[in-house]
Amino acid sequence: METRATRLSLSVWTVLIVLFLWIPLVLICVYAFNSSNIQSWPIAGFSTKWFHLAWHNEEARSALVLSLKAAGIATSIALVLGTAAATVVSRFRFFGRDAITFLLVLPIALPGVVTGIALNSFFNNNPIHGLTPSLWTIVIGHSTFCIVVVYNNVVARLRRTQTSLTEASMDLGADGWQTFRFVTFPVISTALVAGALLAFALSFDEVIVTTFTAGAQNTLPIWILGNLRLGQQLPQVNVVVFFVIVMTVVPVVIAQRLTRDTGILRRR
Amino acid sequence: MRAVALLLPPLGWMLVFYLAALAVLFVSAFWSVDSFTGKLTHVWTWTNFDTIIHDPTYRQIAWRTIWMAALVTLTDALIAFPFAYYMARVATPRLRTLLFVLVLLPLFSSYLARIYAWRLILNQDGALNWSLAKIGLPQQDWAFTSTAMWIVFSYIWLPFMILPIYAALERIPDSYLEASRDLGARNWTTFRRVIVPLALPGIAAGSIFTFSLTLGDYITPSLVGNVDFIGNVIYRNVLGLTNNLPFSAAYATVPLIVMAIYLALAKRVGAFEAL
Amino acid sequence: MRRIRRAHVLLAALAAALCVPASGVSSDSSSPSMITKVGKLEGTLNLIAWEGYTYKQWVTPFVKKTGCKVHSKFGGSSDEMVTLMRTGQYDAVSASGDASLRLILGKDVRPINPSLVPDYKNFIPALKSPSHNTVKGVHYGISLQWGPNTLLYNTKKVKPAPNSWSVLYSSKYKGKVTVPDNAIQIADAALYLSKSKPSLGITDPYELNDTQFKAAVALLKKQRPLVKKYWLTAGDEIDLFKNGGAVVGASWPYQTNTLQAAKAPVKDLIPREGATGWADTWMISSKAKHPNCAVSWIKWVSTPKVQAQQAIYFGETPANTKACKIMDQLSKGSCAQYHANASTAYFNSIKFWKTPVKDCGNGKSNCMDYTKWQAAWTDIKS
Repeated sequence: METRATRLSLSVWTVLIVLFLWIPLVLICVYAFNSSNIQSWPIAGFSTKWFHLAWHNEEARSALVLSLKAAGIATSIALVLGTAAATVVSRFRFFGRDAITFLLVLPIALPGVVTGIALNSFFNNNPIHGLTPSLWTIVIGHSTFCIVVVYNNVVARLRRTQTSLTEASMDLGADGWQTFRFVTFPVISTALVAGALLAFALSFDEVIVTTFTAGAQNTLPIWILGNLRLGQQLPQVNVVVFFVIVMTVVPVVIAQRLTRDTGILRRR
Repeated sequence: MRAVALLLPPLGWMLVFYLAALAVLFVSAFWSVDSFTGKLTHVWTWTNFDTIIHDPTYRQIAWRTIWMAALVTLTDALIAFPFAYYMARVATPRLRTLLFVLVLLPLFSSYLARIYAWRLILNQDGALNWSLAKIGLPQQDWAFTSTAMWIVFSYIWLPFMILPIYAALERIPDSYLEASRDLGARNWTTFRRVIVPLALPGIAAGSIFTFSLTLGDYITPSLVGNVDFIGNVIYRNVLGLTNNLPFSAAYATVPLIVMAIYLALAKRVGAFEAL
Repeated sequence: MRRIRRAHVLLAALAAALCVPASGVSSDSSSPSMITKVGKLEGTLNLIAWEGYTYKQWVTPFVKKTGCKVHSKFGGSSDEMVTLMRTGQYDAVSASGDASLRLILGKDVRPINPSLVPDYKNFIPALKSPSHNTVKGVHYGISLQWGPNTLLYNTKKVKPAPNSWSVLYSSKYKGKVTVPDNAIQIADAALYLSKSKPSLGITDPYELNDTQFKAAVALLKKQRPLVKKYWLTAGDEIDLFKNGGAVVGASWPYQTNTLQAAKAPVKDLIPREGATGWADTWMISSKAKHPNCAVSWIKWVSTPKVQAQQAIYFGETPANTKACKIMDQLSKGSCAQYHANASTAYFNSIKFWKTPVKDCGNGKSNCMDYTKWQAAWTDIKS
């Protein structure tokens, strides 16, 4: 459909953008092998000593674990709450439907620092609810913007499926829960995967809201920020980030495969 | 009603943990702090808003931030569109998977580390100047300037712009384009009058991310810039300078109002369906 | 569906009602109790510290000895540390003189009986009960170390070697200067003016009347175009000097040590106008969850060996007089290099950080208080 010239220039542009996206990442990985503990160009020399140090760095490990925990819990909460909201919004018409979408979008649309300071004063000045900064405050903070990610994906998917399916299921005698399990869930499953993946990514890498809700513990991004301040342990940071990139390749590829044929109006 | 039962948990969660906190925050914009001990005093006053409106420094900071957010959004939209188009309509399925992974993976690697990597590139003795020297071009002094911030912001938020545009373009049925051709439109016209309008919700959705993320960020300005953005003022007044939450809250109304307007506009273009 | 709407409204009202009055509850007005003994160790310790104050060289043996796992959060400025302390999430803070009084007055720290720290008796007299951590004879913390804010320069690019702060204010190195992003920097400008413009009559760089303050702010505004970056963290400055972004700037010895260890051609000095500096105190939070570990930590870092190690690592001066000998054992000449055996005259020549207040100390009350400093700093930077 497009002319050859168009296709060619598009491919060139794509390659350039991929390079643009990945050169800093490659640099991070290369500098994980930096022999000096301060980053400068060109690289001072190659060494793998940081891998050993990072592996045994207790703070890095506990930060990584905390991040995984927080992201996992926040994503789970987002899956449940997001799907619930999405199901209702796409199946019923009622006043305030738009308001719900707006409310859910707010945490992502408003700057993180606003969410951060709101939650910070909420948690710090409130003896009534007794919530002190802990894993749970981090999770609550993250869940505010994770819910909308799942919600959007599920709503988009549900919008493209026919309600006749659920109606047929009900007519055949299934109750609400059975309908959900056997009819709705399979349809939205890949949307859930896509939403969960994005929500996990957002939570795992989140630093602004977390700074305000984390108290004394470190999630991985906060640990990284602390090390950027020190200026002396950057290679260890690079090692950890390198490790994370490698670890996430597989889940991302799987997720992409799963969600590939989302387009009902597919061609080619 | 089952619908209510399903709706209450998410709504309740958001109301209690988000809206209520936001409401309290904006109420505190009308309070003040004791100047020495930094404790919150419940004296109702307009001073905070007064300072923001009348002090030129804060106006300058706000404009600077909004301008950068707009610039970054425009840049990302221009960069992302051809890329997303290629991904959605030209690439083979296998290539599409690869590109998708290549765009998504950076979102999983640390945002901080990626910004820091740009320092390595943009430093005086960094990779960029080194490369420029090798091909005989003049050295640049972009480190810690607005140019550096523009580059880094556009870089960091690019995947957020690519994905919604890709989703929107991917959904355009071939039949529309065939119909357009049958009606006599040439490629450019089809592009202008069929593809772009259909992709617009995706672009608007992506722009919500790029605009709001730039509007509130304080980390990128601290790491690669040398001037204050709205986020820096808010951050500094809560966690940096004396705990002047009321002032931060007052200043936070600026991005709130800006985003409210932006969201209203984006909604008209259909962005909410394309998120 | 009407029912949903009503439910929304009810829920919102309930939630809001719960939150609004509660957020107004201020902390109780009773004073925090004095720490008089060390009980059972709690196994964890959350600290707020300057970068380099919790280096593994002395943290690891501490953890081994006491089982108190140390988590440190770094603060970039005294302001940040004060705010972090107020959250009540941390056990102790290495507060400088411009934070300590604010913490004491805000009832955020507990008094401590100095007899709990055996090495206290070996401290230099000036740091046993200094006015920044001892109020009316009550000790709110134990002095730690002290040091100057130095002038750092690139030996290859800055010639001749500077000996005055004026190098930071002249356009000779325009675009290659770096100074800390901290409102207290106004004092450094005032210090420079006290010697370069004696007619202003500045005696104490933290007690500035309107004219003196305006002069300092004007000087800093003139400096703004010369500054490549206002460094927020030690890592920023290290990056700037290593990668050619800056060739001269105001610094801490920690950066000098790190850069020199990485073979960067830098040197630092105290210019002829003198220097501002810090005298740090470890203070225990009134909301500390692990006070026993905190006291053990203070005891540990007051011992001569740890004092020597920290002094050499960061580049500062220990409070413990017995540290000098050990410093020379660890690194020859370091005792003299970091002034551990310096005279009282040297100590008195450093203008230690303190919180500017209205009270000028000489009967007048028209000095600028810290909120004006902070507002001016935001103005200078933009």
